Amino acid sequence: MTRFWPFAAFAALVVFLYIGLGRDPHEIPSPLINKPAPTFTLPELYKPAQQFSSQDMKGQVWLLNVWASWCVSCREEHPVLMELSQKHIVPVYGLDYKDTNVQGEAWLREGGDPYTLVATDANGHVGIEFGVYGVPETYVIDKQGVIRYKQIGAITHENLQQKILPLVAELQAK
Amino acid sequence: MKYLLILLISLLPAISYAGEAKDMAKDPVLEQRMIHLTQNLRCLVCQNESLAASQADLAKDLRQEVRDKMKQGMTDKEIIAFMVSKYGDFVLFDPPMQRNTILLWYGPFGLLLIGLASLVYQLRKRRKSVLEVKMSAEEAQRTAALLNEPKAPQT
Amino acid sequence: MIPELGHFSLIIALFIAISLGVLPILGAARNNSVLMSMARPLAVGQFLFIVLAFAALAYSFLHDDFSVRYVAEHSNSQLPMHYRFAAIWGGHSGSLLLWVTILSVWTVAVATFSKHLPEEMVARVLGVMGLIAVGFLLFMLFTSDPFIRLLPAASDGQDLNPLLQDPGLVIHPPMLYMGYVGFSVAFSFAIAALLGGKLDATWARWSRPWTTVAWVFLTCGVMLGSWWAFYELGWGGWWFWDPVENASFMPWLVGTALIHSLAVTEKRGAFKSWTVLLAIAAFSLSLLGTFLVRSGVLTSVHSFAVDPKRGVFILAYLVVVIGSSLLLFAWRAPKIGLGGKFDIISRESMLLSNNVLLSVAAAAVFIGTLYPLFMDALGLGKLSVGPPYFDAVFVPLMALTILMMGFGALARWKQSSMSELIKRVRWGFVAAAILAILLPFIFKHWTPMIVLGLLMSFWIVASLVVSLEQRWSGDGPFIQRVRSQSLSYYGMHLAHLGVAVFIIGVTVVNGYQTERDVRMNVGDTVDSGGYVFRFDGVRSITGPNYSAEEAHLTVTRDGKLITALLPQKRTYNVSGMPMTKAAIDTDIFRDLYVSMGEPIPDSQGAWSMRVYYKPFVVWIWGGCLLMALGGVMAISDRRYRIHSRKAALIAEGKQPVSGGMATQGSPS
Repeated sequence: MTRFWPFAAFAALVVFLYIGLGRDPHEIPSPLINKPAPTFTLPELYKPAQQFSSQDMKGQVWLLNVWASWCVSCREEHPVLMELSQKHIVPVYGLDYKDTNVQGEAWLREGGDPYTLVATDANGHVGIEFGVYGVPETYVIDKQGVIRYKQIGAITHENLQQKILPLVAELQAK
Repeated sequence: MKYLLILLISLLPAISYAGEAKDMAKDPVLEQRMIHLTQNLRCLVCQNESLAASQADLAKDLRQEVRDKMKQGMTDKEIIAFMVSKYGDFVLFDPPMQRNTILLWYGPFGLLLIGLASLVYQLRKRRKSVLEVKMSAEEAQRTAALLNEPKAPQT
Repeated sequence: MIPELGHFSLIIALFIAISLGVLPILGAARNNSVLMSMARPLAVGQFLFIVLAFAALAYSFLHDDFSVRYVAEHSNSQLPMHYRFAAIWGGHSGSLLLWVTILSVWTVAVATFSKHLPEEMVARVLGVMGLIAVGFLLFMLFTSDPFIRLLPAASDGQDLNPLLQDPGLVIHPPMLYMGYVGFSVAFSFAIAALLGGKLDATWARWSRPWTTVAWVFLTCGVMLGSWWAFYELGWGGWWFWDPVENASFMPWLVGTALIHSLAVTEKRGAFKSWTVLLAIAAFSLSLLGTFLVRSGVLTSVHSFAVDPKRGVFILAYLVVVIGSSLLLFAWRAPKIGLGGKFDIISRESMLLSNNVLLSVAAAAVFIGTLYPLFMDALGLGKLSVGPPYFDAVFVPLMALTILMMGFGALARWKQSSMSELIKRVRWGFVAAAILAILLPFIFKHWTPMIVLGLLMSFWIVASLVVSLEQRWSGDGPFIQRVRSQSLSYYGMHLAHLGVAVFIIGVTVVNGYQTERDVRMNVGDTVDSGGYVFRFDGVRSITGPNYSAEEAHLTVTRDGKLITALLPQKRTYNVSGMPMTKAAIDTDIFRDLYVSMGEPIPDSQGAWSMRVYYKPFVVWIWGGCLLMALGGVMAISDRRYRIHSRKAALIAEGKQPVSGGMATQGSPS
């Protein structure tokens, strides 16, 4: 029955192509999930003389939100972050990526500041350590400092309710 | 004398700047090594470009990261391992040889063996089963005319 | 008015295509002469209305009708005239219109040059081509209509992407499509033969010229794309194994296998099912390429704008066309006979081994291109497959193919002997090997890859020389002996010589090119490949729709002036997009290539520049042209120019056979 092989192979190909239509070839899952978050020490946005160390966060569940004043999608997620910060469920720390202090501060003055603290990553080095390839990106980090989830792209009400908040609740209970 | 000195000094730019062009890279040898390594790494925010070629900001940052790590004394293998640890296998244009790429790397070779084997099998089978057909003289003439070949009895 | 006329034309063309797709095939099945005879006129009608639609779109572009959305998106009043025309295929829907226009050209060509074919064959072939057109016309009318209006009309267009504002855009896509779409003829012949249940050597003979012409166009099309990338993108690369490039390369590989397989089938009536499968595969790969480029399934620098809805439509179309043809194949396969006899060592078997190698090469490119998709669909993670993979897999396969090519061109039909072949070529091989090993030493850079490349090309030349020597030997005047060989024979050798030239180009460029990325102050010089480049400064200029900084570099060698190079850094007026225009001086033995980087701040006019010395790079494009010329030569062979009337009469047994026009020498 070798004469049916070409058709069978083609049918298999079609199945893959159909599934492929639903996938996004640009989305890159992070290999850092369930691995310890890279430790870093960076100056704070409002008090550049002071350093913030990620080690200080041990014992807490927290969100690290990578943003920049030049990032368009960040404007979309900002209201969602503002709402989240007012509910006091989980602290949100900001990483101002490849930005200047002046522009970063101005942006937060304009849209509001949802962050417990903002660290500045002017040269993007810490971003590379976290495998950041675009902004905005958000990491959910547990009490032991392990990355448990990476949100690629803007945080929306949807992914907040469906993925992030349940996970946070779970991690906080441990 | 003073004026001569001023004249000489003002001529200096014209004399001293024209010469052999310097490489853009501060360390051309390191640069070559970096380019060679990053040619096989993917620019993650581009449409299928290498890290060496891309002009995207992230690509420039990552190239600098690679230079820094080379200066720190990391080997090519270690640097690649670092990139994979942060960005996954996706960043490699040269797919690693692991369980989920066996079909990729051995597929073509396997297909070649199958193809050649079935060709030989078919050729052997045909030797036994194909019969020669003899044409009549009239058919031979007609074929010859159609094919514009000199008349000759075909076997 | 005109765009609406164009749109209406497409609708009429669709109805004609439906008639063309249904009626003649029905007629052939029922032996109804009236229905069958409708095929040719319907083909002409389809052609007329599609060309009308194309003309309407062209009119809209040339007259700056920015009330048509597609024109507003891809053109601008400042755009030079020839780019306004080429912009027709600068985007998705326009390029589809080009696709379908070229399909109608091939259809009407088949309708015209098929007087010697039996009626049912013509009816079926044109019918299948009509069905193909139906799918594309439906696709256009439902998801990708280039005539959609923009209301209110834009005051001016968004301009064509500066990277596309180049002669390359004028010629590369039409050539490529002529090839891609041309394989639909071979496909239609195969389907027609399967439908009719009669698959014999004459089918192969009829298919062969059409397939070869399409192959010639595709060779030129792929070559032009590569050349365009080389001089346009600014850093001297010419092939990236990008998914869209691979999408055009796979049909070429299978098409090459097909033209060789058709030779065996024509000669012996053998391996017909394999040849039919190749004919289906070549066109299927063209269609698959269309899908890959427009569906967003793979990332590529060349992809059109992505719309998943379009992707689903094309996929459905692929399922219908390819799925039904493969089912038809499976159904009819038992009826296809085995054909004539030939030995395990013979020209036929060598051509078939070439087939296996080329098909595996196409499969390798296929696997590499689609593997990331397979992995992602199975949830096994995200992978990239890039040049390192393709180079590692493709080069060995090609080396084997070239090895066979040298033997195959010498082997006799039906029966040959390996030991005899080896005896004929062994000195040629030794000479090739010695040259390949020694030359790199002379040029002061020796690597195994350079030796391999040179060995492959010299081997082809050696085999060619051995063949010519034998064919040209004998008594009688030399000119007579030369002219007694068929054009088909010379075509084969010319095409193979093209392969050798191509490989030399690739080998030498990869092995001996130099690149300098330097900071140049005014008056500075840089040395690359023995040439001295002096930077003389930059001036501002304006073009028709851009402003630019133009650098002036003087190139000398051993103190002698060679040329002046004028690279530009352009900023296009409408889009504000910057573009680097490299300056190239081409010579048969080297290209000198300069592209501007960035101005260096606080430096009194210094710029960063990239200077390249690329030896033998034109041999890459030249080799492809020789391949194409070889193909043209092969189809000019007298065998294919048989007078249709005479052939028809002979076929019906009415004309007394008088010996015909005998050609001298043996056919190849």
